[in-house]
Amino acid sequence: MIFGVSIYELLTVTSILFFIGVYGFITRKNLISILISIELILNASVINFVVINKYLYPDMLQGVIFSIFIIAVAAAETALAVSIIINLYRQISSVEVKDTEIMKY
Amino acid sequence: MEKYIFYILAFIMIVFAIASVTSRKMLRSVIYLLFTLCAIAGLYFLIDYNFLAAIQLTVYAGGIIVLIIFSVLLVHHIEMELEIAKLSKQILTSVACLIGLGVFLYTIYNHNFIVIEAAKTTTVADIGLLLLSYDAGGFILPFEVISILLLAAMIGAIVIAKGNKLTNKNETL
Repeated sequence: MIFGVSIYELLTVTSILFFIGVYGFITRKNLISILISIELILNASVINFVVINKYLYPDMLQGVIFSIFIIAVAAAETALAVSIIINLYRQISSVEVKDTEIMKY
Repeated sequence: MEKYIFYILAFIMIVFAIASVTSRKMLRSVIYLLFTLCAIAGLYFLIDYNFLAAIQLTVYAGGIIVLIIFSVLLVHHIEMELEIAKLSKQILTSVACLIGLGVFLYTIYNHNFIVIEAAKTTTVADIGLLLLSYDAGGFILPFEVISILLLAAMIGAIVIAKGNKLTNKNETL
């Protein structure tokens, strides 16, 4: 644990980070910007896992392993999303949300 | 000393996260996200999980950011400015987010966490042994499932990204 920093401060920081991500997710109108906001949200949840593991159950490792899995799933999700965005750009020449009407092949 | 480093890291994290979701230049917003991710890796170093910090730096700061930058360069002109949402929508969203944040913080500060003070350092060997353990509480099955998932994501990304040509070829056959 960090000397002199309580768990409440860390959870406050992660909550703020999470809601910044939610704000970006709702207000942005570009697919790549939405992807960036999703990364922020996922990172906030990963820090929560790690902090709660370190402060409340320092003898266990479950939180660390779950955060490793979250990072792996996030990497897979980003790769797929980027390939979908590039494919979409080839077909409709735009990555704005309002132009994205066709998702059928 | 660690306390002040934590405050500096938290400040960097929040300021660059806000800059990342409000900047109108696409590439800059990605670079601000990179700063946020590096600050998070610094937090992991501070909290004494070195392996997780290394993963954060390689996978997020190294891999995902490069992937997003590539897609930005393929899709956008660099100087293009993003259109922003209407002011009323921005205000409505930020009010909703602040209400949600208030609910979160109210719940967190009313919960009594039982903090255990123990300065136990985790080695990479511990994580590896738990990941590959067959015993109760071991993580061998999720580990294998994640590797299948990564393989499927890799194949799926290739197929989707070159989709058109592939289907044309199938039709001519």
